[in-house]
Amino acid sequence: MDEENNTQEKRPYITTNSPEETAKGEAPEHQKAKPGRKTLSMPKRYIINTLLTVVVLTLGEAMIDGGFITRYGATVLEQVGVNIIMAASLNIATGYLGQLPLGHAGFMSIGGYSCAILFMNLMPAFGLNARAVATGSPMAILLLVICLLFGGVMAAIAGIIIGIPALRLKGDYLAIITLGFAEIIRVVMLNIDSVVGFELTGGAKGLTGIPSYTNFLDTFVVVAIVLFLIHTMMKSRHGRAILAIRDNEIAAEASGVNTTYYKTLAFVVSAFFAGIAGGLYAGCVGVMMPAKFGFMKSIEILVMVVLGGMGSMLGSVLSATVLTILPEALRAFADYRMIVYSVVLILVMIFRPQGLLGTYDFSMSRVIERIMNKDFPWKKKSAKEVEADA
Amino acid sequence: MTLITQILNGLQLGSVYALVALGYTMVYGIILLLNFAHGDIIMVGAYVSWIIMAQLGLSPVLAVFMSILACTLLGVLIDKVAYAPLRNAPRLSILITAIGVSYFLENGAQLVFGADAKVVPAYTDINTIEVGGLSLSFTAILTIIVTAISTIVLTILVQKTKLGKAMRAVSEDMGAARLMGINVNNTISFTFAVGSALAGIGAVLYSMAYSQATPTMGMMLGTKAFVAAVLGGIGSIPGAVIGGLLVGFAEVFVSAIGLSTWKDAVVFLLLIIVLIVKPTGILGRTMNEKV
Repeated sequence: MDEENNTQEKRPYITTNSPEETAKGEAPEHQKAKPGRKTLSMPKRYIINTLLTVVVLTLGEAMIDGGFITRYGATVLEQVGVNIIMAASLNIATGYLGQLPLGHAGFMSIGGYSCAILFMNLMPAFGLNARAVATGSPMAILLLVICLLFGGVMAAIAGIIIGIPALRLKGDYLAIITLGFAEIIRVVMLNIDSVVGFELTGGAKGLTGIPSYTNFLDTFVVVAIVLFLIHTMMKSRHGRAILAIRDNEIAAEASGVNTTYYKTLAFVVSAFFAGIAGGLYAGCVGVMMPAKFGFMKSIEILVMVVLGGMGSMLGSVLSATVLTILPEALRAFADYRMIVYSVVLILVMIFRPQGLLGTYDFSMSRVIERIMNKDFPWKKKSAKEVEADA
Repeated sequence: MTLITQILNGLQLGSVYALVALGYTMVYGIILLLNFAHGDIIMVGAYVSWIIMAQLGLSPVLAVFMSILACTLLGVLIDKVAYAPLRNAPRLSILITAIGVSYFLENGAQLVFGADAKVVPAYTDINTIEVGGLSLSFTAILTIIVTAISTIVLTILVQKTKLGKAMRAVSEDMGAARLMGINVNNTISFTFAVGSALAGIGAVLYSMAYSQATPTMGMMLGTKAFVAAVLGGIGSIPGAVIGGLLVGFAEVFVSAIGLSTWKDAVVFLLLIIVLIVKPTGILGRTMNEKV
């Protein structure tokens, strides 16, 4: 939540002055740190953000323990966490890569089923029962990590299988082929029991009796790690290659970016995190049903990404939070909720196609640096500074 | 006997898919938009039939005309309200708008009519007709004939008339067509009207075959029809018909060998295989991207 989310384009000269990059001395004149401007070193930035994350998580946990947030509220918060991961991971493929996959729920269901089935089968081997799982013994947490990673890897494998043929196609063809793959996944989950000959997914009635192996703290630690990983990936060489493909694929290819490789990479990473979100979802809800992961679920997540702003992590996080809590708060108006959703989606596309936040992202370090330099937005620049800016 | 019945079923289902796929192909051909709301226009058409026959008790002939009229008007209205403001916007924005419209129609129908299925009464009393000692389903024969006529009329419209010429010009190059004095917006609206009228015919034929209307019926039907259009090669009228029949036959065949729960997966698998082998579809033209 409080991960450092730097902007991509707007103020590169503030965010890219890490020691390595300035040392190279290759940055163009306007990208160099201005002389006399105080900056934070990277380790300090990481420490600040880690501390903030820990404070928020401790606060949340304390509020749940202290009874300020009910059990029901805690479950809603866990779903918020799951949706944040889903939206942020879809944002990799939609916002950063510029494609429109419509099968994100398929990856979520693969991750969820894999994680839950492995967890239930490995519980005896780790000497755990449902009670020990719920209280969160160290062994249970170890098993949770293994299973979440397994779910993510299974979804990533599906992502490779889907991505290689799908990414040869563009735009609408990619949308329809990913939609098709997600439908295939749903049908497979529904019917696989009769093929393998024993009960694996439970078919239409669903996979029941999943122990509740997640809680608020687990979920949001994973959320923080996932957001951190996505952020660092997008700030790296690989992330810049992905952004280049979004902005102009032909130009990127001409500049030596291996477009097929990076498109598949972005797609697979997106699928991996969706798989992890699925694993968390299975533990939070306790039942996995193929019908839950239809086209509608994919659209719901797409709406979160589009409303928040394609290419903005803060946007994904905020809209995932609001769009998960709002329906719970407005249960009385449940009938009208979907209508409002669709009207908002159309209006946002007509009047603000880049999403509410566009590509803006929040950076704690940037705020602190501005305070250190007493560079407040309301402060008028002196003539000398304006000259230096130009 | 059963073989003939199955072939007839395949032709019937395939014809409905072909009609819907024609609508997709026309809209896609002209503004490169995957009109997600197309399937939901069919749903509205089926509800109009239900209102007129079951609620108002009026004649089926009126129901057919009103369904087609309602679909046509709805298609044009959607274009004017949701897509026209985005003519020059990025493709992704228009695609998401189309998803929004589809979502709106589905949930609107759910709010107005409820989530349960409504039974659309039979349009005709004739159930079977005897041909050379075989009794064949009348609706199946009617569906196939109507689809064949619609396809022929559409081909003549696109190839031989002035409006068809304008449509082809706009789909070739919108800017150049405007310079040649073609009213691009009217041409696009006309395309939507024709595509949606075909959806209206499809709605009548579909509710004739399955005699029910549900808020979400358009989604799967629309998706599969789009699959059919892509299979045949999007933008091509004969391609849409071939694709529709292929999808229809695939579904009927898979159901006939007792794997009906897998039929959706088979359709999409067919699409994936065709797209991998020939990314532009069976009759599609290769388009080079301009730099």
